[in-house]
Amino acid sequence: MLLEVRDLHAGIEGKEILKGLNLQINKGEVHAIMGPNGSGKSTLAKVIAGHPNYEVLKGEIIYKGKNLLEMEPDERAREGIFMAFQYPVEIPGVSNSQFLRLAYNEKMKHLGCEELDPIEFNDLLKEKAKLVQMDADFLKRSVNEGFSGGEKKRNEILQMAVLEPRLAILDETDSGLDIDALRIVADGVNKLRTSENAIILVTHYQRLLNYIEPDFVHVLADGRIVKSGDKKLALELEEKGYDWVKAAA
Amino acid sequence: MAKGIEILTNREYKYGFVTPIETETIPKGLSEETIRLISKKKDEPEWMLEFRLKAYRQWLKMKEPRWGNFEYPKIDFQDITYYAAPKQKPKRNSLDEVDPELLKTFEKLGIPLSEQRMLANVAVDAVFDSVSVATTFKEKLKKIGVIFTPISEAIREYPDLVRKYLGSVVPVNDNFYAALNSAVFSDGSFVYVPKGVRCPMELSTYFRINTQESGQFERTLIIAEEGAYVAYNEGCTAPQFDTNQLHAAVVELIALDDAEIKYSTVQNWYAGDENGVGGIYNFVTKRGACRGKNSKISWTQVESGSAITWKYPSVILQGDNSIGEFYSVALTNNRQVADTGTKMIHIGKNTKSTIISKGIAAGYSNNSYRGLVKILPKAENARNYTQCDSMLIGDKCKANTFPYIEVMNNTAKVEHEATTSRISEEQLFYLQQRGLKQEDAVSLIINGFCKEVFRELPMEYAVEAQKLLGLKLEGSVG
Repeated sequence: MLLEVRDLHAGIEGKEILKGLNLQINKGEVHAIMGPNGSGKSTLAKVIAGHPNYEVLKGEIIYKGKNLLEMEPDERAREGIFMAFQYPVEIPGVSNSQFLRLAYNEKMKHLGCEELDPIEFNDLLKEKAKLVQMDADFLKRSVNEGFSGGEKKRNEILQMAVLEPRLAILDETDSGLDIDALRIVADGVNKLRTSENAIILVTHYQRLLNYIEPDFVHVLADGRIVKSGDKKLALELEEKGYDWVKAAA
Repeated sequence: MAKGIEILTNREYKYGFVTPIETETIPKGLSEETIRLISKKKDEPEWMLEFRLKAYRQWLKMKEPRWGNFEYPKIDFQDITYYAAPKQKPKRNSLDEVDPELLKTFEKLGIPLSEQRMLANVAVDAVFDSVSVATTFKEKLKKIGVIFTPISEAIREYPDLVRKYLGSVVPVNDNFYAALNSAVFSDGSFVYVPKGVRCPMELSTYFRINTQESGQFERTLIIAEEGAYVAYNEGCTAPQFDTNQLHAAVVELIALDDAEIKYSTVQNWYAGDENGVGGIYNFVTKRGACRGKNSKISWTQVESGSAITWKYPSVILQGDNSIGEFYSVALTNNRQVADTGTKMIHIGKNTKSTIISKGIAAGYSNNSYRGLVKILPKAENARNYTQCDSMLIGDKCKANTFPYIEVMNNTAKVEHEATTSRISEEQLFYLQQRGLKQEDAVSLIINGFCKEVFRELPMEYAVEAQKLLGLKLEGSVG
C-alpha cells in the first residue's frame, strides 16, 4: 500500500473540517475525490502535502510505511509526494528552469543520484515541456508570473513531469480551464500515469474524469467519505447531484 | 495556526578572524600633529599636507550629522587610531617581499595575490588597515596607459593628476565624515584610464580592517578620460570585535566625454552580533561626476554587512546626454541599520538616471531607502526612473522609503514606484512542496527579488552576492 489515511480529523484555525476520513491507495491507482464546496477536498490535499496552516487533530497517515505527519513538507516532497496547486504561486525574478532544476536536484541528492548541471537539465526540461505543449520561452520566464490560468495549470503538470512523483495530488487542476487547456493538462497527466505511481484527483466536476479515467471515485461530504465506487459513480453524481449521496449517507 | 516567520539567528561571520601581525600604529587621537604625522609617514608633498590640514580645520567647525533614520552613540574621535599599518619593508618591488602572513590573510578571504594564484582577469589592490599591501597586474596595465596604484603612491608619482581631481567631486567640507576622511585618509586606490582606452580587465580593491581600535579612512579616485571605460569592484570584510569601528571612506569618480565607469561594491563588514554589539559604522561618501557629454556612471552595491550603513552613492549629471545609474541591494538582519540610497543631480540636457533599490529587512533591523532626484533649471528633457522595493521578513523589522524629488524644469519626466512585500507563507509552502528546504526557499525568493540588481554585477560578484544573502538569512525563518 502506498498511502493509508486512518480516521483523519484535521482543520484550520481551530475549525474541524475533516471528521474521520479513511482512504487507502495502492500504486498504479487513480482515485477521484469529489464533493460539494466546503466538504474538505482541498483540506485533505493540503494535509497530505503538509501545509503549515492545517492542523491534524486526530488520526494518522502512513505513506510508504512511514508516519507522514512527522515529516516536513519538503521531506514529503523529496519522498515523492507532489501537489498540483489549485492556485499556483508566483515567484518573481526566479526563472521556471532555475526553480525546477533546484527542485529536481534536491530530489536527486535525496535519492543519492547524480545532480544535473544547467545544460543537462535544460535538455531534460525541453523534453518534459513537450508533454504539456509548453514552449521554451516559458521556461525562462519567472515562475507563474504573468501566466494565464491555463498556463499556470500546465506549469504544474510540467513540474509533476520533471519531479516524477510517487503520489500526485491534483487539487482542482481542472477549475478555470477551457476545454483545450483541460485536454492538454489531462493528456499530460495520462502520459505520466504508470504502474508505479498513484494519482489523487480532487475535483468538483465530472468533466475532468472524461479525460482522466479514475479507478475509484470517492464522495466527500462534511469531512468524511460517504460513498465510494468506480467511474460510474461520477456519472451518477453528475446526473443526480451531491444531495443524493448526502441523503443516502 | 501558522508557524509564522520568525527570526532566529544568522550564521557565524566567516571573515571574523584577526591576522596575528605586528602592527605599527600611531597614538590614538586627532590633532594637527596627528595629520602631520600621517602625511610624513606617507612621505607626502607639501600640497597634500595642506589639503589635509584645510580639511581638518573645516571639520573642527562641523557638527556630527544626526539626520539619519537611526540613533547611534556619540563617537569619541579622540579614541580612534588614525593610522595602523602592518610592519614591513617600506619599498616593495615584488609580491615576494610582502609579509606571508598578509598574503595568507587575503588568500583566506578568497583574494589570492601571489603571481601563480592571482585571479586571471581581475587586477587587485589589497588594502589592509591603513595601507595598500599589494597591487596585482600593475605593470601590465601600465603598458596600455592605465594607472592602477595605491593612492598614497599616486600622490607621489602622479601629483598633477591627483591634485587636479582630488576633492573636485567631494569637496573637503562636503560633510562631516568627508571632511574627516580628507584630513586623515591613509590609503585606497587610484585609477586613471587614458583617452580612448577600454580597460581590458576589471580592477578591484579589497578592503580589510584588522586592528581593533583603528578606523579605516580610505580614499578612492577614479578618472576616465574621453572615451575610456573601466569596471571597478570593491569588497570589504573585518574581524569580529565587540567594539564599533568607524569606516569613513570617500570615493570620487570622474567621467569625461563619452567615458564610462562601472563601480560595484559587495560590502560585508562585520555586522555585530545578534544583540547589536560590535560591528562597523560604515559612513561613506561616494560620488561620481559625469563631466563630459555622453558619459555614464553606474553604481551597483550589495550592502549586507556593517552595524550601520550610511551612504548615498550619487551622480552629478553635468554633461549633456550623460547617464547615471544606481542599483542597490541592502540586506539587514538582527539589529543592523541601513540608511542608503542615492542622489541624481541633473544639470545637463537630455540626462537620464535610473534608480533600482531593493531593501530586505529581517530580525529587528531597520532598513531605509533615501534618495534625491534633482532636476536643475537647465536640464532640458531630463528623465528619471526610480523603483524602490522593500521586503520584510518577520514582523519586528522596519523598512522606510524617503524619496525627495526637486524638479525645476518642466520638460522633465520623473517616475517613482515603490512596493513593500513580505515573503508569503504560500510562496514558502509552494517551494517546499517541490522539495526545497525552507532556507533554500527563502534564499531563492530573495535572489529573485534582487535579480535586477544582481544582473548588473560582474559574474563572480553576482555568484558571491547570492551566496552571501543566503548565508546572512540562514535560520532567519522558522
